[in-house]
Amino acid sequence: MTRLERSEKLIRLALLVIACSAVSVLIIITIFIFAQGTPILFKYGVKQFLFGQDWYPGEKSFGLLPMIIGSLYVTLGALVVGVPFGLACAITLTEFSSRRISRTIKPLIELLAGIPSVVYGFIGVVILVPFIRDTFGGPGLSVLSASVILGIMILPTIISISMDSIQALPRTYREGSIALGATRWQTVRLVLLPAARSGIIASIILGMGRAIGETMAVIMIAGNAAAIPRSILAPVRTLTSNIALEMGYASGEHRQALFATGVILFIIIMVLNTAANFTSRKKKR
Amino acid sequence: MGMAFNPGRQQRIAKAVLWSFTLITVFILFFIIFYILEKGLPVLSISFLTQNPQDMGKSGGIFSTIIGTIVLTVMAVLVAAPLGVGTAIFLTEYTVENRITRIIRFGSECLAGIPSIIFGLFGFILFVNTLGFGWSILSGSLTLAFMILPTIIRTSEEALRCVPNSLREVSHSLGGTKWQTVARVVLPSALPGIGTGIILGVGRSVGETAATIFTAGSVLRTPTSLFSSSRTMAVHFYILAREGISMPNAYGTAAILILSILVINFLAYYLMHKFMKRHS
Repeated sequence: MTRLERSEKLIRLALLVIACSAVSVLIIITIFIFAQGTPILFKYGVKQFLFGQDWYPGEKSFGLLPMIIGSLYVTLGALVVGVPFGLACAITLTEFSSRRISRTIKPLIELLAGIPSVVYGFIGVVILVPFIRDTFGGPGLSVLSASVILGIMILPTIISISMDSIQALPRTYREGSIALGATRWQTVRLVLLPAARSGIIASIILGMGRAIGETMAVIMIAGNAAAIPRSILAPVRTLTSNIALEMGYASGEHRQALFATGVILFIIIMVLNTAANFTSRKKKR
Repeated sequence: MGMAFNPGRQQRIAKAVLWSFTLITVFILFFIIFYILEKGLPVLSISFLTQNPQDMGKSGGIFSTIIGTIVLTVMAVLVAAPLGVGTAIFLTEYTVENRITRIIRFGSECLAGIPSIIFGLFGFILFVNTLGFGWSILSGSLTLAFMILPTIIRTSEEALRCVPNSLREVSHSLGGTKWQTVARVVLPSALPGIGTGIILGVGRSVGETAATIFTAGSVLRTPTSLFSSSRTMAVHFYILAREGISMPNAYGTAAILILSILVINFLAYYLMHKFMKRHS
């Protein structure tokens, strides 16, 4: 083997090792989070964590049900706000606007993804929370305010992935439908949306993942009371907020319980990721 | 048939609704940016940028947090860029689609979906505690590097795939080896696209809070070594706003954050544009 061939082989090997970095990081993260979180889950029983309603870590009471339901509520709320706006934008930009307009608006929407989550939280605190308090009553820090802000935050995810899946459809779909005398809107509703369904569903699932995982913005606007909210105007604490609020001072079993919260969050996210991956792969076949 | 079922009329209504939703979305974006800039720009001055925070940030500037943000971000990119670009090179140039590439891609996609608070927990337990780095630039930047890795992989991969095959074939026919082709032909040609991915990673690092607050800490002093704890602008803004320390300084910090994000996004867009032009 010449020196050149040997160095080519070495480079290939080095690149293979580097290429395993992302998977290795994923595995290391999983191991560390689970190693820290699962012992206490089993010590006090998975049932207490999943269905217990009282979170008093000082008294060894680790019920996460209010936070699980809280995450669920704000995530569903975010979808109620984000999906109609996201899909409307995606359809407008792919089907009902000129190339020039959609080329101007698309980067603006990507900019929306770049705004730090603390800034969204802050806008929520200074504008949305007082508005909700004065208009609908309640403390303002609520399921509703968290849902609206999260709904805005997941827009870029929904818009860009839905746009990609609509644009990826063969041109013959559009042309065939128009040739049969359908209007553009009928084409969108009856041909394009059903055909792009799996990509759109994937975009919604990924948006859900983003909403469930968001932390700082939610802490600032959700009120953070560790109780199951009785209305959309009541304060709410999510799984992510639970970790971030108490991580700064927690120790011993309290800290472990926060890692257990992380384990539950991690499992939810992985299920969503796999679902999104699966739906979008099904499309390609 | 009633008027409601007239397809032309239906389309006009649908178009009006769709466009108003789109315009509302764009309006929200402009509103957020202009609101922060309107309140924050009057606070900005040379001394706000060059003085250290005084009295927990109640007075003084944000100099140390700017340095903290820059050092943390640069370190994160220095770690993540070689790993991300290397992975992309392997995926596009050195292998065909098979089980390994599927696993690598799935791993990268999963990593992209992990919330930043999980990265924060992980960085805290591994770097801060287990490895004993403490709350430090080192812990924070390694955590951020892992977080931005998937973005860099995906964007670099797309960029490499855009490089026309004819370039590779010419290089091979001139006797270039695989690596010579990659290093001298493919990479230079894909550089603007790769740059876009790296810049997007920078953007994420600059705005990140949940992952940095538990790994880099929130000490207000200017960092002096890799083991100093440091507060980034985003964390500083969060603490100022949440604890109500100083609203004017919070707005000022937010304005700087927004301005940096605008510049970063503009750069990324410009590079992408240049790249697309070259390859179309």
